[in-house]
Amino acid sequence: MPHRLPHTKALEAEAIHIMREVAAEFANPVLLFSGGKDSVVMLHVAAKAFAPAAVPFPVLHVDTGHNFPEVVEFRDRYAEHLGVRLLVASVQESIDTGRVVEQTGPRASRNRLQTTTLLDALALHRFDAAFGGARRDEEKARAKERVYSFRDEFGQWDPKNQRPELWNLYNGRHRDGEHIRVFPLSNWTELDVWRYIADEAIELPSLYYAHRRKVFERDGMLLAHTDVVTLLDGEFPVEETVRFRTVGDATCTGAVRSHAATPHDVLAELAATRTTERGATRADDRVSETGMEDRKREGYF
Amino acid sequence: MLRIATAGSVDDGKSTLIGRLLYDAKTVQDDQLAAITDASRRRGDAHTDLSLLTDGLRAEREQGITIDVAYRYFATPRRTFIVADTPGHEQYTRNMVTGASTADVAMVLVDARKGVREQSRRHAFLAALLGIPHIVVCVNKMDLVDHDERVFASIAEDFAAFAAPLGLTTLAFVPISALNGDNVVTPGTARMPWYTGPPLLGLLEDMPEADAEPRDPVGARLPVQYVIRPQGGEHRYYAGSMAGGGLRPGDAVTVLPSGRTSRVLALTGPDGPVEYAYPPMPVTVTLADQLDVSRGDLICRTGDEPPTARDLEATVCWMSEHGRLRAGATYLLKHTTRTVRARVTDVRHRLDVNTLATDPRADELALNDIGRVALRVGAPLPHDPYRRNRATGAFILIDEATDNTVAAGIILDMDTETADRGPDDHHHGREHT
Repeated sequence: MPHRLPHTKALEAEAIHIMREVAAEFANPVLLFSGGKDSVVMLHVAAKAFAPAAVPFPVLHVDTGHNFPEVVEFRDRYAEHLGVRLLVASVQESIDTGRVVEQTGPRASRNRLQTTTLLDALALHRFDAAFGGARRDEEKARAKERVYSFRDEFGQWDPKNQRPELWNLYNGRHRDGEHIRVFPLSNWTELDVWRYIADEAIELPSLYYAHRRKVFERDGMLLAHTDVVTLLDGEFPVEETVRFRTVGDATCTGAVRSHAATPHDVLAELAATRTTERGATRADDRVSETGMEDRKREGYF
Repeated sequence: MLRIATAGSVDDGKSTLIGRLLYDAKTVQDDQLAAITDASRRRGDAHTDLSLLTDGLRAEREQGITIDVAYRYFATPRRTFIVADTPGHEQYTRNMVTGASTADVAMVLVDARKGVREQSRRHAFLAALLGIPHIVVCVNKMDLVDHDERVFASIAEDFAAFAAPLGLTTLAFVPISALNGDNVVTPGTARMPWYTGPPLLGLLEDMPEADAEPRDPVGARLPVQYVIRPQGGEHRYYAGSMAGGGLRPGDAVTVLPSGRTSRVLALTGPDGPVEYAYPPMPVTVTLADQLDVSRGDLICRTGDEPPTARDLEATVCWMSEHGRLRAGATYLLKHTTRTVRARVTDVRHRLDVNTLATDPRADELALNDIGRVALRVGAPLPHDPYRRNRATGAFILIDEATDNTVAAGIILDMDTETADRGPDDHHHGREHT
């Protein structure tokens, strides 16, 4: 009887392999860490990949300034707990220095502005590889992306001209000013991530579990009522028991009604759900049929 | 977990079949369905175009073709699947190879109206070349040939004749209609009562994985990826993913290419010490002796070391549209965790994937060509023949001028293959020489 790794362990094995390749072949990698569940899982895997030594690269958060406070608190605490160096790149600073212009109006979002802040931070620190927690099951443009995704000197992704990627032989070659985005969780699904969180007892920001919160409905989504959103006519906040399936900018991340209080509750809930996590919760993907592809081409996560 | 690569000619309906598989296996969520229903209606289609589930790029949706591999994930109560939906156009063959390199099963589509065409043969051959032991041939669009059993039988016969020399473990045929869903997830008994086998999904649920029972297993192989040296610690931990055989604490090991020997002191996996490490488990190893071990070295079991050589014979698939592969050219060769320079010393032959005939007069390989080459590498390379072990028998070539991956290569077995025979020829040769 041949030995087999269980499914989540096989996914973990693949992610560890990818992270060790990057640590060995790149001069200056960084891990993009938002405090969201995928980046927390990625950092958890990194800690295992390099044990008993510390994680040999820093983590970077692109801070829109519109974060949920409990996520920022978690981000700081978790990075300190693992002993990794946390860098924060601020979208507010990009706005203040005139690198980007803030959108106006009640539907303004800083989501797209993050790209400039991210690319500036990668250039400033001369990072040549950036780990992202994106998964191919999330979105149709992401389903097309390689594990090693080459970015030119402008940070652009060219989806029609990707390098062939064979076996586990990744090609990380690049010139000065170019970089590679690396996605160790490419083959994980939302369910896999939650199974892994349950198996490994990984701590997450509290808003991933059911809690009482003031929310209002917009475009069929429940948005948190925070001081960074402006209510439109006919919108009024009500208190509901909700949780978040994804955690991003507070202006465009929707909540779902839920009573799931533990990873196992979440797994049970996901088994019964009929919408994808981005469909349920991300206003930024509803802009157009190819919203994600267009943002990714520009250098988005 | 079963990794599936799709293959077939353009317009055979690969993306539609995957869409159907996902939809009938109830893994398409409401918002995804709403999005593609909406998109189909906007472009004036009468029915919901399920291929839009995988053709995610703007250019793909505009042209109605698949350009690059899309990966989709679904699970049934019995199994988890990763499907690589690969392009049918010959110009995108390299993307097909990307999807197929890690697959356990190749799902080859054939249009019932058109029969076995060059791309079906090319893909079946590539799948076999890449070591995929199982091929499922889906004869699609049965609804357009009146669900005629004779059409199905004749295509199956053609395909089987072509595939006979490929040395496959499994070659199965299913008559389907991706459009109507017949024999995809549910049986198509109403329209094709003559087919008594399982529908495609049932077949896939029972399919063994590619490496479930290696025919000729190698001993322990651990390519060193990274050396971990905790601050203030004495030990050096050699980190890597198991790439063959098994390893236990206490095992006598040889480090290649130096040939120095030691013993495994301790083995640690992601969750702590392990008593037995096997592929693809990531581990760290400490050795009983202080040896000079670094990235690119291969730790293997003493007594079952692979050959180490600077001259290799390999079958390569050339994947660059800029320039051709010719003797004299130098590339970077990445093999396991080691990257070395390599010079092409000879193009032995080019393979015609239609007939599997070799052309020994060929002196170059163009985009999507497959052929056999001789390589001289800049440092001794411990390796296994690909047919014995995918992980230590595969390599890629990188063009230093462009940084692009320009070829996929598999190392041939020098003991059993002579200079004018290809990887396929130990089967093929018997029939045609």
